[in-house]
Amino acid sequence: MAASAAVRSAVSLTQRFVRVSPDCSICPLYRLNACTGATDGFTAPSRRLRTSIGVCQSGDSSSPEEEERVVNVVYIDRCGPEDSCPRPGAGENALHLAHKHGVDLEGACEASLACSTCHVYVSSEHYEKLPEPEEREDDMLDMAPMLQENSRLGCQIVLTPELDGMELTLPKVTRNFYVDGHLPKPH
Amino acid sequence: MSYNKKHVSVTLPGVRGLSSSSGPRVCIVGGGPAGFYTAQQLLKDAAVDVYERLPVPFGLVRFGVAPDHPEVKNVINTFTQTAQHERCSFHGNVNVGKDVTIDELRQAYHAVVLSYGAEGNRSMGIPGEDLPGVFSAKDFVGWYNGLPSNKELRPDLSCETAVILGQGNVALDVARILLAPVEMLKETDITQNALKALAGSKVRRVLIVGRRGPLQIACTIKELREMVNLPNSRADMLPADFEGIAEALKDLPRPRKRLTELMMKAAKEGGDDKAEKCWGFRFFRSPVEVIAGADGKRATGIRLALNKLEGSGESARAEVTGQMEDVDCGLIISSIGYKSIPIDPAVPFDPRRAIVPNEMGRVQDTAGLYCSGWVKRGPTGVIATTMNDSFDTARVLIQDMEAGKLDLSVNKPGAQAITALLQTRGVRTVLFSQWEKINAEEEKRGKFLGKPREKLLDVDEMLKILGRLLI
Repeated sequence: MAASAAVRSAVSLTQRFVRVSPDCSICPLYRLNACTGATDGFTAPSRRLRTSIGVCQSGDSSSPEEEERVVNVVYIDRCGPEDSCPRPGAGENALHLAHKHGVDLEGACEASLACSTCHVYVSSEHYEKLPEPEEREDDMLDMAPMLQENSRLGCQIVLTPELDGMELTLPKVTRNFYVDGHLPKPH
Repeated sequence: MSYNKKHVSVTLPGVRGLSSSSGPRVCIVGGGPAGFYTAQQLLKDAAVDVYERLPVPFGLVRFGVAPDHPEVKNVINTFTQTAQHERCSFHGNVNVGKDVTIDELRQAYHAVVLSYGAEGNRSMGIPGEDLPGVFSAKDFVGWYNGLPSNKELRPDLSCETAVILGQGNVALDVARILLAPVEMLKETDITQNALKALAGSKVRRVLIVGRRGPLQIACTIKELREMVNLPNSRADMLPADFEGIAEALKDLPRPRKRLTELMMKAAKEGGDDKAEKCWGFRFFRSPVEVIAGADGKRATGIRLALNKLEGSGESARAEVTGQMEDVDCGLIISSIGYKSIPIDPAVPFDPRRAIVPNEMGRVQDTAGLYCSGWVKRGPTGVIATTMNDSFDTARVLIQDMEAGKLDLSVNKPGAQAITALLQTRGVRTVLFSQWEKINAEEEKRGKFLGKPREKLLDVDEMLKILGRLLI
């Protein structure tokens, strides 16, 4: 138990605000000359989360082998910073991990490739490492607003050690938020 | 090391601190995806009551999503969680506008959100539209999905050809349900009477007709793929409809390109000649008249005007050429769009666009009144679109609370007052825990038939069952 306590105290929440530059070329507002440019002032918190993968199901993983298989994932979200601290766990896919740690990534169809609500942008160097999407995922992605080259469905991203450090950005689909420049109070 | 659980059990600073002891109270009119997604976001800052006309919640997720798309209905689990939140309560069997007015709700709550969707449909506006044999897709879908008001539809499926006007996902759902093997349908939550009718159906050919061309088709690739993969069916399209399309492919954005490529492949390959059933798109055609049989008593065909396209892309327009074409058919389904209706004279309504006029979800000229979902933006989009839109409205409402635009210092009675009022009017509200009893009964009946559920089709029967369970 001491070892796991040591692991848990070593896992710390890193909160940092990241200036997220939007890709204007694919934005319908930009194309329609309706962009007010309010995104310039936009900052978003990111949350560094960890998951350990593999056989262990509980939160007590602490052996060196399991430490090596820890995958760090950063979620960049438009909402306010959240106070929950990450717990190591058997993260399977990026949607599941997000839910475990309270990141507001919706998964309406519960990972059955019947919606596009878990749409995320994947950091480019990690995007290359992901296996090709199957046809059904591409079909669902086609329905997601603000589709980009590095778009994937979070529920289809299986976390492997080579994805360590991956950044997943939640797409900005709402106009209200940025036009007003309003940052919701932290919950 | 301690951690905070997100979501429901944390007492929040901020907005709730501004209000009187009871906290802000928000009322949502409509228990479908818009209502529940709006509620989900508001629960962080307010107590939320959802009012729904039917005893059963979930709107189009229950009555619109096709029976063979059960994964799309998984979102019901998210909505159930929301409804079970300690600060959320569901009130079914309440007809807002009739049993209680919007003004009465506005008096009882700090804010009211209209999320009641689109229960009407756009009519074709052509002679013969009211003949037996002609249905709106909304009613046809409601029939096979167990919407109480469509249970008596009894469509006659004894003809060989069905024509569907419109080429969106609803049109494709109808085509697919008409041609799907009964062995597959009988394991879904399609209603028993629809299943029996489809088992005896003689419909073998379905034409899906659109005003414009292949590049303007409104359906999405998943639904098209399902048509292409339908067992014992082949695709039957007109090569002339696809002239010039191959050349346009390279400039198309990815979703449109993939969709068009699949359509062209289906048009070219057709399918097994021995297939008993066939389906196909017909482009550049608009309905001008439903043709009645010799006795004038029912539809036996449809007259279509041939169009040409002016312009290109999403904004291309159909222009008449003067040419006509008659198609023999005994079943005509008009799938050209749903339409919202006004439910209370106190609420502004734009009859041309058939929506509640609003600015980012704030209803025009009416402080404290908001809208989300189809009644706000119009009846298009999938659940994800409505989700994002509902989150937008919730954000705007919370912003208004924080900016002091809603007077939160006044105590509002909320459901306590409304339920009391409804009781004096003889309206019996159905709580979420009672819906769960109805749900259990439907699942029980379904199990007996080898289906996930057998939906109750009658509001009175639903209420009677609740009475029998002595709640």
